[in-house]
Amino acid sequence: MDLNNVLDFPILSLSIFLPTLGALIIWLFVRGDNAVRWASLIVAVATFLVTLPLALNFDTTTAHMQFEEFHHWIPAFNINYHLGLDGISMPFIVLTSFLTVVCIISAWQCIQTRVKEYMIAFLILETTLIGVFSALDAILFYFFWEALLIPMYLIIGIWGGKNRVYATIKFFLYTLAGSVLMLIAVLAMYFEAGHTFSMLDFMDYPFDFTWQFWIWIAFFIAFAVKVPMWPVHTWLPDAHTEAPTAGSVILAGILLKLGAYGFLRFSLPMLPDASQYFVPLMIGLSLVAIVYISLVAMMQTDMKRLIAYSSIAHMGFVTLGTFMFTQAALEGAIIGMISHGFVAAALFLCVGVMYDRLHTREIGDYGGVVNVMPVFAAVMLFFCMANVALPGASAFVGEIMVLIGTFEAAPTHLGISAKWIAIAATTSVVLSACYTLWMYKRVIMGDLVKDSVKSMQDMTIREFGYFVPLIILTLWLGFYPLPVLDFLHVSVSHLIDQVSTSKLDAAAALLQAVPAAEAAHH
Amino acid sequence: MEVLNTTELLAIPGLPLLAALVVGLFGWALKETLSHLITSGAVILSALLSIHIFTQVLAGASFEGNFWTWMIAGDFIVPVGMLIDRLTVIMMITVTIVSACVHIYTIGYMHGDPGYARFFSYISAFTFSMLVLVMGNNFFTLFFGWEAVGLFSYLLIGFWYKRESANHAAMKAFIVNRVGDFGFAVGILAVWYYFGSVEYTTVFAKVPELVANNVSLHFMDWEISAITFICLALFIGAMGKSGQVPLHVWLPDSMEGPTPISALIHAATMVTAGVFMVARLSPMFEFSEVALAAVVLVGAVTAWMCATIGLVQNDIKRVIAYSTCSQLGYMFVACGVSAYSAGIFHLMTHAYFKALLFLAAGSVIHAVMAQQDIRKMGQLRKYMPITYITMFLAALALSGVPPFAGFFSKDLIIEATMMREFTEYGWVGTFATFALLTGVFMTAFYTFRMFFLTFHNSDRVDAQTKAHLHESPKVITIPLVVLAIGAVFSGMWGVMYLDIANPEIAKGFFGSSLFVLDAHNPLMKLAEHGEHGMFHFLGTMPFWLAIGGIALAYVMYFRETAWPAKIAASVPWLYKFLLNKWYWDEFYDKTIVAPARCLGTYLWKSGDLKVIDKGIIHGGIIDTIVAGAARMRAIQTGMVFHYAFAMVIGVFGFLTYLLLQG
Repeated sequence: MDLNNVLDFPILSLSIFLPTLGALIIWLFVRGDNAVRWASLIVAVATFLVTLPLALNFDTTTAHMQFEEFHHWIPAFNINYHLGLDGISMPFIVLTSFLTVVCIISAWQCIQTRVKEYMIAFLILETTLIGVFSALDAILFYFFWEALLIPMYLIIGIWGGKNRVYATIKFFLYTLAGSVLMLIAVLAMYFEAGHTFSMLDFMDYPFDFTWQFWIWIAFFIAFAVKVPMWPVHTWLPDAHTEAPTAGSVILAGILLKLGAYGFLRFSLPMLPDASQYFVPLMIGLSLVAIVYISLVAMMQTDMKRLIAYSSIAHMGFVTLGTFMFTQAALEGAIIGMISHGFVAAALFLCVGVMYDRLHTREIGDYGGVVNVMPVFAAVMLFFCMANVALPGASAFVGEIMVLIGTFEAAPTHLGISAKWIAIAATTSVVLSACYTLWMYKRVIMGDLVKDSVKSMQDMTIREFGYFVPLIILTLWLGFYPLPVLDFLHVSVSHLIDQVSTSKLDAAAALLQAVPAAEAAHH
Repeated sequence: MEVLNTTELLAIPGLPLLAALVVGLFGWALKETLSHLITSGAVILSALLSIHIFTQVLAGASFEGNFWTWMIAGDFIVPVGMLIDRLTVIMMITVTIVSACVHIYTIGYMHGDPGYARFFSYISAFTFSMLVLVMGNNFFTLFFGWEAVGLFSYLLIGFWYKRESANHAAMKAFIVNRVGDFGFAVGILAVWYYFGSVEYTTVFAKVPELVANNVSLHFMDWEISAITFICLALFIGAMGKSGQVPLHVWLPDSMEGPTPISALIHAATMVTAGVFMVARLSPMFEFSEVALAAVVLVGAVTAWMCATIGLVQNDIKRVIAYSTCSQLGYMFVACGVSAYSAGIFHLMTHAYFKALLFLAAGSVIHAVMAQQDIRKMGQLRKYMPITYITMFLAALALSGVPPFAGFFSKDLIIEATMMREFTEYGWVGTFATFALLTGVFMTAFYTFRMFFLTFHNSDRVDAQTKAHLHESPKVITIPLVVLAIGAVFSGMWGVMYLDIANPEIAKGFFGSSLFVLDAHNPLMKLAEHGEHGMFHFLGTMPFWLAIGGIALAYVMYFRETAWPAKIAASVPWLYKFLLNKWYWDEFYDKTIVAPARCLGTYLWKSGDLKVIDKGIIHGGIIDTIVAGAARMRAIQTGMVFHYAFAMVIGVFGFLTYLLLQG
């Protein structure tokens, strides 16, 4: 087999297993909470440094998988350990390793019980996330996809808030129900496509429409839960509210991207005809997410719930852009995901900073925070404005590109012109401002009235420290997204080719060829 | 043609940005003096550079070019660049000069405020954003500047964050502006879609082709031509930013901010961005009769309605704020009747005299210890002569008394409006003429009502305040004098030196930067009317209406001071209606804000919690599983005879099956 790996070094395996190896060492040899914190930080930073060459050595001129690795795993079923990256998955790996560092720093003080277990859970979570984004074998993908539920389940269930048990069970059941269907879909493809689990083979195999239809639906349920899309979104606000700050950060920053990534990796290239067929459904649900969820977000009284709902609304843009099949919309959707990884993560960190001081997330318990925490107020304002997608912030690039791509799209199976869909989605300009600024006004602005707020101290250097890179990245992606767009161009246009080439003719040809071959055999 | 120096051009917005960053990030370490020296210095330098560029452009130089690429995806390319022409430079000098005056004024006005450095950082950053807005060469730089000025407007309105009313006004301003931005964003999408570019020059070149091809959009059975759609969508953005009905509600509330920013942002520069946009995009608006008529209609309604509200307001800043809305309406009417040059001319003169009015009002407010109610002022002329005189000049300019600045620009607008004949929407022109003429009378009246109540009339200042009454320090009065020069002479300067009113726009000041179709150039028609001609001030209605308004104010607030109360008492409903600003706020609260909140709560409680969580997840899925499990559990009783019985039944069943199979 021809492997495309410029480094001639299993760098992806290293990025995947370095955190687990580190976790193992921490578990066995490191004693004392502070030592554990430092050790995990070192492991996380090392992993981040290991993933950097992926971006630096990335070849932006090809849509082929890069940094490939291949080993047989379970030969009896043709299951292989096959890793590789293209322009769509690579940014997410770097984002994951970066956000893990932020998460570990942010948990420095607010996690005081079972520090070691917490850090180990985070490092294992990192392993599974990087694994999901680099897997090219459907079973390997499924393995990581399911495995990541365990550390996440523990993080929310052990270090979460008062109602954490309810939230974890809801989170677990929702996602599990989705993944079971995914497993069935993968098995169906295995038998149909001639006993292979290779995702690249699935992309090439001509499934006929009935197969595509049912497999698409199974994948849709699995991914829609993860995105999450309305109406299977209600686990997210609960999970977010109960999760510890760093849990929310990784949940919003990376876990929500898995669903959309699944659409990009499975549904679009493997099932192009079904994807085209279901465009109206995806548009409808995306618009519901943008409008309905924004209205719900506006009325929330819990800050974390509000930001969770705002995340769902922003993911509505991502799913809309994903299913428009135009260059601008797809690239915008991916930029939107990365941007959301910075902005929503930072907003959860902001809430975490306040929560560490007053131990409440209720908007009504705050007011006039700017008087005692001016630096924090400025940081939070920055991220609120980024959440509103002001130009210059990363979210603007993502949203405007999705809108541009939607406006020019010509989806089939749809009664009205996509222009009106773009216009409906543009209402987010107003709605996002409503919920974000209203929250900011009630929490940060105003006179100091509450005694509890008077006692709040401004951010420490450590807290300020993890916001600085997020601010820089948000601005960088907002003003100079070209390097990231460069990673995407070729891979995205390849994906558009895949999704706009119907597999039905080839499937029909195959159907005719099989009896002919059998006849010849006899 | 000579090309301008790029470094110099970049320095104009760059300097205020740099100053804002330095003072914003390190303001905590800087003394007051250093904060204002850095920012004011940068803005003054930027003003001087702008004047230099202005003279060069006047001599025939220009610039068009890109510096940076913002986004690329397939064909979608967004560059960042500048387009410097006659229209740009007149905006640049207006913005930087007013901003420089406001910076200096702020040194005195904000002295001792705990947010001193922050304030300077904001207004410098605002100046940067406004310069990006006017200097950019494409729709994205315009939108960037547009949103950035909105951000700083938000921050400055809510500058005194302890005040609930200020916070509310700031949020309201941002959200109402965002409603406009919705239209703007849609307009940008359509521009890119239909023209395949976002750069002005490329887009403008393709407009006639688009119009000739009759491209249109459909929604169900409804059809709209593409150019009209684009212009109307963009105009919604302009309405938001420039406080036009029905998106005007944020502008009067924005007076919660410190007075210097009311002068800079909410009178002279930011709110005029909408007018600038329409003028900049004249090559597009010219091709849509519908859009032009809409611009005239909205402008005329705003000009008239806000003038009526201004008649009865008692807050000195609110009177001026409503006047700003109303004057912006005049500018829009000018653009709508294709007299773009008149609109921009009025924008410039208005910037000087309205900034002056605000700053003078600020000087008054400063003197009477933050009192803004004109009913509690009076006879202030004795204490503050410089403020008194400069405000008098500004009032004359605003009322349109010759030879002050406002007369030239306003008269040009009104006469152009009378001359413009819409082929399809004749009534719009007639209505606009009526609205503008009555507006002149009301403008003169409310301006001098405020003026007389503040500086003349009876002395109603309370004793405690009176002890403090004094003329403001020099840092405050010098900017007043500088702006007063503009308020007096900018009109004459524009007409005589710049040749701004030339009916043949291409031969006048604006050259090719504005575009008017010959078929509806009202200024041209005006010039052809031999017996009229322009600026014949003694013979025309606007002049006499202005004089009449001043005279009535003089009678009511100088001579017969009992009249106003009597008139208000005789038509209480009308008085209340105007005093409550036509009940716009209440209308929006009832029809939009409250229903939106209700809907949000409903969707959350009923949709998410009740139907999805309780109904489907709990009621539908979980209950089914629980009930099914309970039934399954019932089978496993643990009693031997149950199992034995089941076994017997099973054996019977099995045997029967075998027998039947034979």
